[in-house]
Amino acid sequence: MKHIRLTDVTLRDGMHAVRHQFSLKDAREITAALDASGVDIIEATHGDGLAGSSIQYGMAKEPEEQYLRTVCETAKNTKVAALLLPGIGTLEELKRAADCGIRVVRVATHSTEADIAEEHISEARKMGLETVGFLMMSHMTALDILVQEAQKMESYGAQCVYVVDSAGAMLMDEVRQKIAALRHSLSKDTEVGFHGHNNLGCSIPNSLGAIEEGAVRIDVSLAGLGAGAGNTPSEAFVAVCTKLGVETGTNLYAVLDAAEDIVRPKMHQPILMDSNSIMLGYAGVYSSFLLHAARASEQFDIDIRDILVELGNMRIVGGQEDVILDVAYRLAHGHNQESHVVV
Amino acid sequence: MSKLKAGIVGSGNIGTDLMFKLLRSNWIEPVWMVGIDPNSDGLRRAQKKGLQVSSEGLKSALEKGAELDIVFDATSAKAHVRHAKMLLEADIQAIDLTPAARGPYVVAAVNLSEHLAASNVNMVTCGGQATTPMVYAVSRVVGVPYAEIVATIASKSAGPGTRQNIDEFTQTTARALRTIGGAKTSKAIIILNPAEPPILNRDTVYCMVDQTGFDVYERIDKSIRDMVKHVQTFVPGYRLTRDPIFRDNLVSISVEIEGLGDYLPVYAGNLDIMTAAATKVGEEFAKHRAVVKNTM
Repeated sequence: MKHIRLTDVTLRDGMHAVRHQFSLKDAREITAALDASGVDIIEATHGDGLAGSSIQYGMAKEPEEQYLRTVCETAKNTKVAALLLPGIGTLEELKRAADCGIRVVRVATHSTEADIAEEHISEARKMGLETVGFLMMSHMTALDILVQEAQKMESYGAQCVYVVDSAGAMLMDEVRQKIAALRHSLSKDTEVGFHGHNNLGCSIPNSLGAIEEGAVRIDVSLAGLGAGAGNTPSEAFVAVCTKLGVETGTNLYAVLDAAEDIVRPKMHQPILMDSNSIMLGYAGVYSSFLLHAARASEQFDIDIRDILVELGNMRIVGGQEDVILDVAYRLAHGHNQESHVVV
Repeated sequence: MSKLKAGIVGSGNIGTDLMFKLLRSNWIEPVWMVGIDPNSDGLRRAQKKGLQVSSEGLKSALEKGAELDIVFDATSAKAHVRHAKMLLEADIQAIDLTPAARGPYVVAAVNLSEHLAASNVNMVTCGGQATTPMVYAVSRVVGVPYAEIVATIASKSAGPGTRQNIDEFTQTTARALRTIGGAKTSKAIIILNPAEPPILNRDTVYCMVDQTGFDVYERIDKSIRDMVKHVQTFVPGYRLTRDPIFRDNLVSISVEIEGLGDYLPVYAGNLDIMTAAATKVGEEFAKHRAVVKNTM
């Protein structure tokens, strides 16, 4: 029987879907349910990681340290992770997060820029944190480059490297190829993981393909709560794994109940594959752009699909939320208009 | 008045681009380029342009009797800590393009003449040179309780120094937004984009303002456009990508920088603004010395 470990991202990626507005009470309830379910790791931070609270990405409801402390104090059995994107968060915030009680850090870069994470990964190891490298927007990066970037993260000290389908744009063959390539080129002590988004409805099949190619860590989220059409839904994935005889260590009824009774009532809108989130996957655009693009589309009265396709054409990467407004503005006004705008 | 004699330490992309700008200066004459790699393209080009070169570091150049009025340091923060000491002892004014921050910050478009006689000034970061003027343009009209900037640069324009010390970039830039830009609190974010062909450097600047209303927006808008014109006097490729957007107490400004392409490619506007700003500061030092000399 195959054993894999689940990392639940409801309290991190799920933050995108609630505009980073989870309260301490929300965090406590979700953590308690996850802690009882048997998942291995609970990731919690602003959707864009430590120090993500900003005008660019949206202000979080709660101060970062209180949010993390609440999750760490509520989780009795489960390890808590923080996400860190170098360029947004710094070692200073990581140290504070460690003081709050996190035991795992996932250091994320765009899938061609691993070397900006050298300091953070190696320092995290020195701090005694379990350290994971997270290669975002892996669909944009050719196989050989992705392997090199994964090897860089491994050389800095990452104990696990993830293929991250931030745009929910990858299909099964691509996931298999990229996971297999990492599995074959990294040392056998380094684990490989997969983080999916469901924009094209492929999050579960992609995650299963990843497991078959040697991934042992899979990201899931209760009721799929996450950016775009959400992440791989925990409850469905645990059900599928149980049927296939893949051991997740997670209790099916516990995640079913947590998704249904605790997370769904907290949703701002249902997580589903609607026209907009499908377009994210289709155009290969960072899933967290969804709500920002929806807002810009409203503000400038432009079809959101045109905005998303243009962002895909421009090969915009994660974190460039500011370009969404520029694109909407440009589509609405054309260039060189000499008057300022009040909206 | 003869030109100030300048040394450039660091024969990489920045040092070499800086040399081409200094060669055009009416106030400064680059006479030495000092590197550590004898095969570097920068040293080769410097030699071709008639500069004396050394590949054995600053110490050896000074020992060889390099007579310099001013030194531009385009090495690394770590190396500059050593260089700063040597230059101080040799009584040579230093313009530091690394994040070492031994001396006070200078943002060429804002506080150019504040530290004319300082023995060492620091050029903050490329993002700082580009975005601090915009925050200042807003804060000279209204109070700015919070400023946030997002610098997006082409992956190819981020050298190993930036990559290894990315925290330094965000922390130093954020500090300059407060101390020179005039914001009460601040945050800086940097994003690397690997697209091919490389994207132009762009910076988004958000300012929260403590007054709103159409008249206030008008005044802020004018101040921003005046500042853009001012920056263009030494960085011609600095421009708004769109009009400033005002929404309640938030102003959103977006600029891009097309470099001059002296040595670095035009997309690396982030590096171009750094070398252009350093040149501008050096020239200001030279003018100041001329005035002091003439009045004595």
